[in-house]
Parts: sequence; structure tokens; C-alpha cells
Amino acid sequence: MDIFLQQLINGLTLGSIYAMVALGYTMVYGIIQLINFAHGEVVMIGAMIALSVIAALAKSGLHPVLVVAIGTACAVPVCMAVGYVMERVAYRPLRGAPRLAPLITAIGISIVLQHLALMIWSRNNLAFPQIIRTETYPIGGATITNVQIAIVLIALAMMAGLALIVYRTRLGTAMRATAQNLQVAGLMGIDINRIIAATFVIGAALAAVAGVMVGTYYGIAHYTMGSLLGLKAFSAAVLGGIGNLPGAALGGVLLGVVEALGAGYIGDITNLCHFAGVSEALERRCSEDPHLVLFGSNYQDVFAFLVLIAVLVLRPSGLLGERVGDRA
Amino acid sequence: MNTGSARPMRHSAAIWGGTVLLAVALIALPFALTAVGTAWVRITNLAILFVLLSLGLNIVVGFAGLLDLGYIAFYAVGAYAYALLASPHFGVHLPFWIAVPIGAAIAAVFGILLGAPTLKLRGDYLAIVTLGFGEIVRIILNNLSQPINITNGPQGITLIDPIRLGGIDFAKTEAFLGLAFSGPVKYYYLLLAVMLAVIFIGVRLQNSRIGRAWEAIREDEIAARSMGINTARIKLLAFAMGATFGGIAGGMFSAIQGFISPESFVLVESIMVLSMVVLGGMGNVWGVVLGAVLLSFVPELLRYTVEPVQRTLFGRMLIEPEVIRMLLFGLALVLIMIFRPAGIWPSAVRKRELAHP
Repeated sequence: MDIFLQQLINGLTLGSIYAMVALGYTMVYGIIQLINFAHGEVVMIGAMIALSVIAALAKSGLHPVLVVAIGTACAVPVCMAVGYVMERVAYRPLRGAPRLAPLITAIGISIVLQHLALMIWSRNNLAFPQIIRTETYPIGGATITNVQIAIVLIALAMMAGLALIVYRTRLGTAMRATAQNLQVAGLMGIDINRIIAATFVIGAALAAVAGVMVGTYYGIAHYTMGSLLGLKAFSAAVLGGIGNLPGAALGGVLLGVVEALGAGYIGDITNLCHFAGVSEALERRCSEDPHLVLFGSNYQDVFAFLVLIAVLVLRPSGLLGERVGDRA
Repeated sequence: MNTGSARPMRHSAAIWGGTVLLAVALIALPFALTAVGTAWVRITNLAILFVLLSLGLNIVVGFAGLLDLGYIAFYAVGAYAYALLASPHFGVHLPFWIAVPIGAAIAAVFGILLGAPTLKLRGDYLAIVTLGFGEIVRIILNNLSQPINITNGPQGITLIDPIRLGGIDFAKTEAFLGLAFSGPVKYYYLLLAVMLAVIFIGVRLQNSRIGRAWEAIREDEIAARSMGINTARIKLLAFAMGATFGGIAGGMFSAIQGFISPESFVLVESIMVLSMVVLGGMGNVWGVVLGAVLLSFVPELLRYTVEPVQRTLFGRMLIEPEVIRMLLFGLALVLIMIFRPAGIWPSAVRKRELAHP
């Protein structure tokens, strides 16, 4: 099997999910320069709602695809409401406060959402109902599943839809104006509060769909699943240039690919037995067992953070961004 | 002007009286707590460890204004350094006075390692990078059992040596002046002494030349630089000093618990320490101490009250105390930021800023 192609496919799937979550971060940051730390929790809530609905309808005899669609249709409005309430309660009162303040309320909201989810859905790892039967197709030495194809296609469709909203509607024009200059946009008759709330709500809708995707892809849901995913998606947004929509999409896909390829190859690259000639002891050790791996694939989660730190230190404006990190 | 000299006298008499009362209370505390239950002495010891951590983080966040969300990593480094230097894991048994300073020094190096590349970053970007740093340290501790077993992975390190100072073995109960000094009680006095030293350092730092430089950087870095402050060096100093305190607390944690694993050093712990600093009052040593004590004891009190209350009201446990604790915690963070952004006991400077925005 072609490891490179296989990891590339896995990475693209993962990357599409990251991209959808990253868009939520980058939209909010673009408009009010705030890192919505609790955005990952919205993904988690989306996954959990969908899980409950799908589990309830699994035996109803409806077509599996329809069941997942209904689950998603229930998750999206709930997440939109969560996004709205979050902005209203935790961020709006602090607009204009020092930058540290909304970051700390975001952490608070994140803790509250996690533990509300814990109360509702327990602290166990929940099995996400795998009702869509997985079909595997061979593709040039690797395989791709129907779920992976669906994830990538739906993500593309959602991003196209977002682009339409942002670049082709009155709401989108108002959002872009607000992002450029909040005060002036207000003077031009734009209802700033409504636009900012709309940004949170749209981001939350994307996050809800991403939550269903994560659940379906990994087959598992947990009340803390949002934090790591959120962090990785934020890294993706920073990689692409925070505040920049195409950047977030690009960053998400890139990060997914880097992570998958990294996890696929790091064990091989850091296998000390490649350098067995250096010392006799090492050679003896490697002749017994050719695997003396320094860093295995269990370091997968480190890649996102390394990418994040490297980008922030070397090119804080990201790949496509024009903002400078210093103003953050 | 004649009364001017009398007033500070009366003032200082009240302060001295209060200090003596407080000192007596702190000395008698473990015996009063032992009467309630030995568990409370341990809880108090953990609370003091959190005071140490909060004071360390206060240097970075409160004084220098650098939001650090990975602070627990330094605690972890200190704890693991002590555990590896004083346990059967490697068969090394260094005494407390050598192992803890080594741990603190390693933590300081980590502080500089984190600080150096992030000097240019501020605010939320810095917060995210430090968060990533904390996670990387935890993931590495979790996985560094292969190919050479250094940290023993998720199982953690056990049988860590308790502290021995001179003839006093902190693991054993000893009688002195007719009173039984159990292990936790002895640790309490040791921790109390360390805490007082750290508070003293904190208070002295707050009004020192370095403390004022940190404050200047916090308020306006460019202005601080043009006033001749070497901002890079002063910021690194804040990171290193905060990390050192974290490392000391970690070493003591390791010795007191006798067991550590990566699970003690998760992100939530970093957030907890940050909340203590924020809730108490960023930049004010006494406020931070208050915040740490409050956030350490209130959850424990909840643990002992929520359960019986729920059982009598509903006949069974509906919500675990741990969940209630975290919910209150999250709400407290939000409410404090909205209604009292400078904390319960803010520093004079912050209060002034809020009065004249």
C-alpha cells in the first residue's frame, strides 16, 4: 500500500474538517480581533447533539443518510444559538476592554460549556453511531472511503456557500466593512452588533457541521473533544493568516496533511537504526529488533503546536495574511 | 501636621497586632485542622502549593502582563526533576536541598526557552503559544518511556523520596513538646516557611526597580523601551523567575505526594492557577494569595457540602461536586472579568487605572 498517498487522503479529510473550524476562528478574529477560545466547544456540542439525534433515529427505518442529515439539521440551530448567547453574554460586554479580559471570559465559557456537556452526556467516551455503511474504494495503491469523499465534498460546498455570503450578499458586504473599520462602518448605518452576532452564528453553524463530521469520521465523541480540535483549528487559522478567509481554508488543509504525513513518517525518520553504523552497541541492538524509534506516531498532536509556534515566531502574519503579529 | 506622626503609629500598631494574631493562627492551624480530619491538613498543603504557583505566575501575568497559559509545564518540570533525582526509578537519591534547586534551575531554563522565541508576541498570540508549549511538555512526558524509559509514560513515577532535613524525616510522625507532629503537619510548616519567603520576595519585587520595569512593559512596551529599559532582558527575567517559582513548587509537590504522573499537569491546572491570579487581583501579591486560598478551599468545601445537600433534597446525587466546582469556576471567570476586571483585591495601580480610564 502506498503510505504517502494514503496519508495524503487522510490528511485532506482531516484538513477539510480543520478548515471549517478554522473559518469560524478567522471570521471572528477578522471582525473584532478576538480569539474565540470557546469555538472548539461549539464543535463538541454539535457532535453531541447529532449523536443523540442519530442514536434516537437509528432504528426508525429511515435511510441512514437521511438520519445523519436530520442529526446535522438539529445540531446546526443549537450551535448557532450557543454561538449567539456566547457573544451576547461573554464578549459584547467586554468590547473595548483590555485584550486579556475577553480571552479569560472565553476560557470561562469554554469550561462552562464542557461541564454542561459532561452533565448531559456523561464523562464517558461515547460511540458515535456508525449507521452509514463504509464503502472502500481503491485509488492508486491506497484506499478512500465514501465517508471521506463526503466530508471533503461537503466541506467544499460549505466553504463555497460561505464565500457567496461574504462576497455576494449585503450581509457579507457589511461584515467586510465592519472588519475594515468598526466605527466607520457604524457611521455608515451598519448595525455593528447585529453583524458581529451574525459572524459568531455563521461560524457556529460551520462548527456544528464539522462536529458531525468529526464524530462520523472517528466514531467517537467525548465532552473534551473540542479543546484539542479547537486549538488545532486555531493553529490552522494562524498558519493561513488569521483574519483571512481563504487563508483559513488553506491553513486547515495544510495542517491536516502535515499532521497525517508527520504521523505516518515520524516513526520511520526517527528510527535510530538508520544510523546503526555509528556505534557497535547500537548495531547489536538493531540486529535484534530493527525498531529503535525515538518519536512514534503518538507524537501526532505535537505537530499542530510546532507548526503554530513556528508560524507565530517566523511569520506571524501567516501564509496569506497581511496583519502583523505584533499588534495582537 | 501634628497628628501626622501619630496616625501612622496607631496604624502600624494595628498592623503589628494583626500580624501577631495571623501568625498565631497560622501556627495553630494544622492542629485545629487535625481535629477536623487529617485530610484537611493535606488540603491546606495543596492550597499552599497553589499559592506558590499563583505567586510565580503573578510575576509573568500580573507584573509583566505576559499571559501564560502553559505555566503548569514549569511545575511539571520541577516535579519530574525532583522525582527523577530522588526515587528508585534511576536509583538516584539526591537530598532535598540539591534536588529542588536543580529542578528550579531546569524550570528556569525552560522559562527562557519559552520566552526567547516569543519575545515579540503579545497578548492572545502569546497565550496560545504558551498553551501549545504546555501541551508539548505534557505530551512529551507522557511518551518519553520509549525507546529509553525516562518518564515512565502515563504510569508516572512512584516511591519518590520524602523530604529529609537534618534529623527530621517528613514521612514519619514524631512527638515534640507533647504534641504529635504527623507527616502532613510537618510539611505544612515547611510549606508555610517557603510561602512566607516567596511572599516576601513577591512584595519586595513589586516595588523594586525590576518590578517597576515590568509594570512599564505591561503598560506600554514601546514607551518602556524608549525610557531605556532593556525589554528583552526584563521579559526573559519575568519568564525565568516565574518558572523558577513553579519549579520549586513542583519539586515540593513531588516530594509530598510521593507519586507523579502527566495527568497532574494538564491544561485545566494551568487555567486554574491563572484563575487564582485573575480572581485575586493581577499584580497584587496579597490579592493573588487570597485568590489561591479561595479557589483551593471553596471547591473542597463544596465537595463536603454538595453531596449531603443533594442526597437530602433529591435522595441521590444528581450533579457531581467536581462538575459544580468547574461550572462555578467558569462562571466566576466570566463574571469577574465583566464586573470586577481588576480582581477581588486589585493592586493600587490597577485600581487607579480603572478609576481614571
